[in-house]
Amino acid sequence: MNRATREAYRDTLIPLLSRHPELMCLDSDTGLFGADHVAEAGEQYLNLGIAEQNLMGVAAGMAACGRVPFVNTMAAFAASRALESIKIDIAYNRLPVRIMATHGGLAAGHLGPTHQALEDLAVLRVLPGMTVVVPADAAATEAFVEQSVTLPGPLYVRLGRKPTPPLPEGPPPVIGQAQWLRHGEDVVLVACGPYPVLACLDAADELAGHGIEASVLNMHTLRPLDTGTLIAAARPARLVVTLEEHWRSGGLGGAVAEALAESEPVRVLRLGVPDTFVSEVGNQEHLVRHYDLTAERVVGAVRAALDTSARSDRPARPDRPAIPDYDKELVS
Amino acid sequence: MTVTQLLEREALDTLETIATRIRSHVIDMCAGPEGGHLGGAFSCADVLTALYFSVLNVDPDRPDDPDRDRFLLSKGHAAVGLYATLAERGFFPVRELAGYGRPGSRLMGHPVRAVPGVELPTGSLGHGLALACGFALANRYAGRTSRSFVLLGDGELQEGSVWEAVIAAASLKLDRLVAIVDRNGLQLTGATEDIAPMEPLAERWRSFGWSVRDVDGHDPALLAELLDGAPWEPGKPSVLIARTVKGHGLPFLAGRSSSHYVTLSPRNHARAHNALPRTESLR
Repeated sequence: MNRATREAYRDTLIPLLSRHPELMCLDSDTGLFGADHVAEAGEQYLNLGIAEQNLMGVAAGMAACGRVPFVNTMAAFAASRALESIKIDIAYNRLPVRIMATHGGLAAGHLGPTHQALEDLAVLRVLPGMTVVVPADAAATEAFVEQSVTLPGPLYVRLGRKPTPPLPEGPPPVIGQAQWLRHGEDVVLVACGPYPVLACLDAADELAGHGIEASVLNMHTLRPLDTGTLIAAARPARLVVTLEEHWRSGGLGGAVAEALAESEPVRVLRLGVPDTFVSEVGNQEHLVRHYDLTAERVVGAVRAALDTSARSDRPARPDRPAIPDYDKELVS
Repeated sequence: MTVTQLLEREALDTLETIATRIRSHVIDMCAGPEGGHLGGAFSCADVLTALYFSVLNVDPDRPDDPDRDRFLLSKGHAAVGLYATLAERGFFPVRELAGYGRPGSRLMGHPVRAVPGVELPTGSLGHGLALACGFALANRYAGRTSRSFVLLGDGELQEGSVWEAVIAAASLKLDRLVAIVDRNGLQLTGATEDIAPMEPLAERWRSFGWSVRDVDGHDPALLAELLDGAPWEPGKPSVLIARTVKGHGLPFLAGRSSSHYVTLSPRNHARAHNALPRTESLR
């Protein structure tokens, strides 16, 4: 059943509150919590108003006194507006604040770039001690929220807005452990978030029809990155492709490229939203198609890259064929 | 020092003499290789003295006591004043102050948690009040009667995040929260009233739902009495506007924005010491 990850989070958190009196649910008027939720949460829910810097500061102060606050805002406001409060008040002090960021990626859809967050993963994952997680479906969200209760240090969770499809059965979702959803030795497809992971699974099916065997990693935790699984999957492969609902700079693709460049040099293609502000009106599904974060795109990129990059035991040379300029193509 | 000498010294100690000792340490730290924020440390030295030597329920031997009062120096650049106060109060040895700003010391230019007595790091302006709201809120949930104090600069009030927290504290009725504004009227490049007028400051805070006192910030006994009596109105957070002078007491720096950050030359180091009141208990 399709379900919004933000609702899965909410419905997991509310019953957890009574079992864990140290937990708090601090809201910034997001509208995620209805009257019934607020009533059930009792004193453990507080709406602090539309003030995201204050939200982070109050949460840090409470965490310094032994509470574990879940703070609620949109990813766009957490990652940009309140970033310094997250850096100084929360990350610097390694306080156990859970930043629950809805409307991640393109999930804000037609609401436009003010409400979309295509930079959050890049920005949050550089903060020392910050755990950064992107659940790909409701079931994973439930698991991560439960695991977060005892997780040391701060946590950022990127959530969606509207219902998204569930992933097929796979290994259990555990924060910090990539889910190796499909095994193949020619190419590794690495993704995070609902649509990108599903697109990579579909792409792997189609690639198999072309004689290309693909591994698919659901890299739901960007920090700490599960480099062990990434390297194990990449070692035999000729190509790694990342796919994410994020600007191509600094997000999952950046994290994967950084890790592989240092330990298992292999060509990495980063697919994502081109580095431009969204100008197209449309819901999340429309924008995902508009920016071609699709299985077809992945298949095309893999086939094009494998056709032109002969297998070599050597690291990349400057005279290799240029990586296609996706940004230019997609913007024009 | 013998016990008799210690007792004698204690008997001689008034809040004024302690404040003078704190300023004396600040002078020494600002004569070090990096200098320091002398002006703002001098303006709030009497507030810090009143807090740590009369008001705050803190114990240097039990810095993590969950029932302690909590204090945050939101104007973190006055770190030299806080370090001098914490050392005088016994959180760490006074001799450690000589390492301020020097490689290897934990005494950074802005307070860090590694320093005993520092609750949370500050320095980027506009953070302390929200953090203190968090302290006060958590203590209320825990059923503790301890209080949370936070000292803000008046220039700092230009940060919008301060007013987010001002609204929240009143809305949450955090009456165990006490803010103090070091109203020295100056910021880095000039007078606050020229750069971003904030008067009538007391009325502004009052209109946001706070209980306000607007007093001489260089009278530590008065400050201690008022701060000790907070909350002044049930259900309201309290703010004490301390009218102070930047670089208070130093003729060549007092009331000048040039006192904001100072590296004292050997000559000015001596001049500064000579300008301090003579007290029996000064070493």
